[in-house]
Amino acid sequence: MTYQPQTDFGTPASRSEDQVTLTIDGRETTVPAGTSVMRAASEQGTAIPKLCATDSLASFGSCRLCLVEIEGRRGTPASCTTPVEPGMVVHTQTPHLAKLRKGVMELYISDHPLDCLTCAANGDCELQDQAGNVGLRDVRYAADATHLGQTKDHSNPYFDFDPSKCIACSRCVRACDEVQGTLALTVQGRGFDSKISAGLASDNFFGSECVSCGACVQACPTATLVEKSVVEIGTPERAVVTTCAYCGVGCTFRAEMRGEQLVRMVPWKDGKANRGHSCVKGRFAWGYAQHQDRILKPMIRAAASDPWREVEWEEAFAYAASELKRISAKYGKQALGGITSSRCTNEETFLVQKLIRAGFGNNNVDTCARVCHSPTGYGLKTTFGTSAGTQDFDSVEDSDVILVIGANPTDGHPVFASRMKRRLRAGAKLIVIDPRRTDLVRSPHIEAQHHLALRPGTNVAVLTAMAHTIVTEGLVDEAFVRERCDWNEFKDWADFVSLERNSPETLEPVTQVPAADLRAAARLYATGGNGAIYYGLGVTEHSQGSSTVMAIANLAMATGNIGHRGVGVNPLRGQNNVQGACDMGSFPHELPGYRHISDAATRREFEAEWGVALDPEPGLRIPNMLDAATDGVFKALYVQGEDILQSDPNTQHVAAGLAAMECVIVHDLFLNETANYAHIFLPGSTFLEKNGTFTNAERRIQMVRKVMTPLNGLEDWEVTQELARALGLDWNYTHPSEIMDEVARLTPSFSGVSFDKLDEEGSLQWPVNEAAPNGSPIMHIDGFVRGKGKFVVTDYVPTDEKTGPRFPLLLTTGRILSHYNVGAQTRRTNNVVWHEEDLLEIHPTDAENRGIKSGDWVKLASRAGETTLRATVTERVAPGVVYTTFHHPMTQANVVTTDYSDWATNCPEYKVTAVQISSSNGPTNWQEGYDQHARNARRIETAEAAE
Amino acid sequence: MSNTLDNLVRMANQIATNLKHEPDPVGAMAEHIRLFWDPRMKQIIFAHDGTGLSPDAAKAIDALKASA
Repeated sequence: MTYQPQTDFGTPASRSEDQVTLTIDGRETTVPAGTSVMRAASEQGTAIPKLCATDSLASFGSCRLCLVEIEGRRGTPASCTTPVEPGMVVHTQTPHLAKLRKGVMELYISDHPLDCLTCAANGDCELQDQAGNVGLRDVRYAADATHLGQTKDHSNPYFDFDPSKCIACSRCVRACDEVQGTLALTVQGRGFDSKISAGLASDNFFGSECVSCGACVQACPTATLVEKSVVEIGTPERAVVTTCAYCGVGCTFRAEMRGEQLVRMVPWKDGKANRGHSCVKGRFAWGYAQHQDRILKPMIRAAASDPWREVEWEEAFAYAASELKRISAKYGKQALGGITSSRCTNEETFLVQKLIRAGFGNNNVDTCARVCHSPTGYGLKTTFGTSAGTQDFDSVEDSDVILVIGANPTDGHPVFASRMKRRLRAGAKLIVIDPRRTDLVRSPHIEAQHHLALRPGTNVAVLTAMAHTIVTEGLVDEAFVRERCDWNEFKDWADFVSLERNSPETLEPVTQVPAADLRAAARLYATGGNGAIYYGLGVTEHSQGSSTVMAIANLAMATGNIGHRGVGVNPLRGQNNVQGACDMGSFPHELPGYRHISDAATRREFEAEWGVALDPEPGLRIPNMLDAATDGVFKALYVQGEDILQSDPNTQHVAAGLAAMECVIVHDLFLNETANYAHIFLPGSTFLEKNGTFTNAERRIQMVRKVMTPLNGLEDWEVTQELARALGLDWNYTHPSEIMDEVARLTPSFSGVSFDKLDEEGSLQWPVNEAAPNGSPIMHIDGFVRGKGKFVVTDYVPTDEKTGPRFPLLLTTGRILSHYNVGAQTRRTNNVVWHEEDLLEIHPTDAENRGIKSGDWVKLASRAGETTLRATVTERVAPGVVYTTFHHPMTQANVVTTDYSDWATNCPEYKVTAVQISSSNGPTNWQEGYDQHARNARRIETAEAAE
Repeated sequence: MSNTLDNLVRMANQIATNLKHEPDPVGAMAEHIRLFWDPRMKQIIFAHDGTGLSPDAAKAIDALKASA
């Protein structure tokens, strides 16, 4: 579409179901009760001049530009703060109003630089527009005292702050408060001295608590807050709605373009996941798409120790196919496999698993969900019948009690966290179960009623103790359980959790959670109204990850917190398309739609569509592939969009597995760490360069739209298709929509999905079928997908990973706001200014015992390996617990994590590793050796000059 | 091969421990391995003499082997 600013109705929509009819400028209009006069006018096409109002914020009534006349009322009320009333007669344009508005505008402009022609917002400035709208032609006031000429703040890497252009409308301050919930901005001074300030007057934006979500920039009606990219490039000339490629929230953005150059990403107000909000990653951290490190030509080499040689696509596909065929012939077809990516589209993921099942001839396909949310799939399918969360994000608006366990949404899922925080500020109660004191535990106007700082690895014990409290204190919603769940299984479960050994008091020495706190939290969840559970990788990445998911489901069923708004079990997915990758059949035991490969009827459907016989046996999971590789029987791997060397546990084992293979094909944007062991590199395309869909944590399928030509020449689905064709498969897709059509033909829960339908609806939450043609925002409303809800006894089993004299501390790992996963994207943006390296958090007591101060280099050692990084001493972590991130390859945090894993899914136990910390004066031998290896592995042969 | 076998024995014992409250723990474990382990993993554990396996894990593997 050609560039148009997003429609701004001035004030938020009312959710009232009562309707009010009034007359505006002689036209009768009907709107929901509670709607402002400004919005009612806007909805009927009458734009009342405004400056301090915007529909993402509560009305404020300060600018005095939106005045109207209402028959029977004295004066000229502000239309933004005046609600409609039945029979009201409003006039938005009269000579009196025009005079008043012109006078107000004249005052604003008298203290505003008149540099419109050279201003970054020229043509995209509400102040400029409103000056035109009110007919301002001259300014009579002398510029004696003004705010002009003030120093600009360029400190933020993504936007500038020019106080000279500020009209003190407070939209930025209110956006920070209401939308983002950080409350970093304030108005310093009063009256003429009012000045917007980030934090203290002495702070700049970078030094303040600002999290660079961009809400203030979006809200600013002038060029006071403006994207540096707009300053540099100019205003956009077209916009395309697409979906963010970062976390599982799935924010939709307008990619605002000039030609094929991206000017800025602006959150789409109609986006149903983000409702017009964004975070620093999606809003600003897209520079990696054009980063010089991107590899744009295919490359091959005979051995990973050789330099790369650039080749044409045809040669790369032919070489890859010949190697795969050679290895299949020599070692058998089971020696081949592949890994799909949660960063790629549904269509790309579907094709990769199809290539492996139909082309390689086995089910050796797995996905990065193996190392994050595979226990969610197992646990929720077992208990509810569906491998997905139960709610949409809007549901949180009706929650009364929010239980967050093993998740850090303000860092990992920041846009949803802002929505959650808004609900918490409105009065919902909060329970946090986490070894660390995350930001959510205490932040402006929010404080958790209960923070259960459990010992890492004891999730099941804590949840079972909560269940004990609920059952033994008579807090079960028996009517719900009798109607919706298997009563006998419930009785078995209730008898088990009621045992004294599962009481909070008995388990307190294990969990280190005070029994009284745990009981109080359980009572609050069970009796506090609508109770919603949100969880993340702190639940799944344990030896009992699947048990923990089922324990969560047990709690929700026992308390009747399933099947309507405000409640539910909500996995917060890490990557943008984790849900979709799982839906598309990326696991080795399941075809798309979570149907087991051993089911002959399902297999026949795929065999008929694909024209090949499918192996009925489950294939290898990622850790099993690596084991098989070191055993010498797994020889070839196609990895699309993942970096298993950096992200998977026990790095040395991963490296050994990769090194043992004869053909590693990496299909990625960059020469990632896995590519250091690769023989073929197929350059990938970014989310800006391709069409397709992502499915977010709410099961919401959303369009990814191509806004620029792929720099590498091919979209990723085309690369996979060409590889398949080189192997002899007769694939002829001409557009990803045809792939989705195939998914819909083969997958009952997607049967109503098509690109046309997605374009029409904006998004769809699966299941989308005859019963739910427009999707299913909330699941299990009248009954569970599996029929009766299944209670599962989840007995606490301590992990095999034990602390002891050699390794007395427990390491847990996580993420931070400014970086994403292994950092391949965010490390190639200005986000590095917030986080240049992984740091080790250690409690003051543990630090003092070891003579460690913040900033010191320390050695982090476990049974698996050791690495070095710098320490930061903080009470965020409890004594005995240390924490770090895994965003930087040279830290190699996964050198120390072990290959212990979840009992049901093999999801690695990242969250519990016994370690020791000691002072260090330099990198470990592994780090030095790896650095040298990486330098060698990334050499690219220089092409010979033409004669 | 021993490292892989060690992993499989540990995994089998983990599964047995976590399924011990099922009405038919041995059957549940056998079904779990049938559904989630690839043929090679099954072959390795079938060929193993049982050393290190818990009693329930050993029974489940024997049952699955007999039905294979």
